[in-house]
Amino acid sequence: MSKPKLATVWLDGCSGCHMSALDMDERWIELASLVDLVYGPLVDTKEFPENVDIVLVEGAVSSEEDLEKIQKIRKQTKTLVSLGDCAVTSNVPSMRNRFPVPVVENRSYRETAQLNQQVPREVVPRLLPKARPVHEFVKVDVFVPGCPPSADTIYYVLTELLAGRMPDLTNLTRFGA
Amino acid sequence: MAKTLTINGQHVSAEDDQTLLEAALDAGIKIPTLCRLEGLSEVGACRLCLVEIAGSAKLQPACVTKVVEGMEVQTDTERLRKYRLMILELLFAERNHICAVCVANGHCELQTLAQQHGMSHVRFSYLYPQADVDASHDRFVIDHNRCILCTRCVRVCDEIEGAHTWDVMGRGTNSRVITDLNEPWGDSQTCTSCGKCVQVCPTGALFEKGKSVAEMAKRREFLPYLTLMRQQPR
Repeated sequence: MSKPKLATVWLDGCSGCHMSALDMDERWIELASLVDLVYGPLVDTKEFPENVDIVLVEGAVSSEEDLEKIQKIRKQTKTLVSLGDCAVTSNVPSMRNRFPVPVVENRSYRETAQLNQQVPREVVPRLLPKARPVHEFVKVDVFVPGCPPSADTIYYVLTELLAGRMPDLTNLTRFGA
Repeated sequence: MAKTLTINGQHVSAEDDQTLLEAALDAGIKIPTLCRLEGLSEVGACRLCLVEIAGSAKLQPACVTKVVEGMEVQTDTERLRKYRLMILELLFAERNHICAVCVANGHCELQTLAQQHGMSHVRFSYLYPQADVDASHDRFVIDHNRCILCTRCVRVCDEIEGAHTWDVMGRGTNSRVITDLNEPWGDSQTCTSCGKCVQVCPTGALFEKGKSVAEMAKRREFLPYLTLMRQQPR
C-alpha cells in the first residue's frame, strides 16, 4: 500500500510556519516513513498533484494567484489544514486591508522605490481587495492557530491525522502563540 | 435577609442585594466575564456572563441580575457555551485583533477567553474596519484596532479617578471610546495621566508607550484596594 501524500503550501505568509515545521528536526525522518512529501516549497514539483491526503496551508489568501491555488488545492486534497495565524485569521497580511489596493501598490512600488518606480502588471500576481483567511474561500478541515504553531504542535497535528484522529488543539496553541 | 437559590443544581445562599454573579463567585462557581472588573460598576456590556434562569426564555447577564428566592440558574450549558463562543468571535471580527503583533499578546483577556472557549477560528467574516491609533499622549497610546468597547477605561476614569476623560461616541460598529470631546488624548484638559485606564484595559487597546509585542502586562491590584479604602458601596 502506498503511503499517504502530504503537501505544504505557502500563500501570503512569512514562511515562519514552514520554518517551524522544519524545527521538527529528526522527527521528519520518522514522518518520511509515514508519508510521501509530494508538494511544497521544500519539494521541486511545479503543479499541485492529484489525490493529496493532507495539505498544510500557510498564509492568508491575498492575491488572485493565492485564490486560484487554494481552490485547486481544495479540489485535490482530502484534509486541508489551515496552518498558523495567517491562514486562520489573515493576521499580519490583513494589516494592509484598511488601504485600497492602489494605495498599497503605490506605497510599495513607487513611493518607497529608488529605481524603476512602477507597479508591476506582469509576473507579480494582482492583489485581491483584502487579504482574508483561507476558510472564507474554501472549506477547511483543521485549524491550527499560532504565529507560528510550534514544531511540537505541527508534529502532533500530523501524527493525529495520520492515525485517523482529529487533533484537539485547545491547550496546545492559540492566536498569537 | 439571605436568599436561597440553586446554581447548576448546587444550593447557594446569597445576600439580599447580591447579583447572580457575586453569589456564584462566592459559591466558587466561575462564570466568564470580560467587561466586569472588581471595583468598578457593572454595565452588562459584553454579555459573556449570560445565564439561563428556569421559567425565563431570555438569557440574563449574571452581573446585573439580582438574586431572587428560589431561583434556578444554569451557568454552563451547551446553549450558553455556544453563545459565548459566538460573542467572542464577533468581537474578533469587529476590529483588527492581530495577536501576533499585539503589545498584550499573552496578557490579553480576550485572547485567553478565546482559547478557553476552544475558538479555533472565527466563523464570521472579518469587518477590517478603519480604526486609528492615537499616540498623542506623552506616556500612553490608544489603539482602536484592539478595543472591544468594554468601557472599563470610561468607568475607572469616572468612578475612581474622577476625571471622566473617557467616553463613548457613535453607534454600533462605529462606536469608539474617545477622550474629552473626541480630541487627541495628548491635548486633553481633563486627563490627569494617572494611567488607570491603561491598567484596567483587558486587551492591547490601551498601553504604555515604549512597550513592544507581548510586553504589556497590566497591573490591576490597585483597584479593589482603592475601592476598599474609600469604602464606596458597590
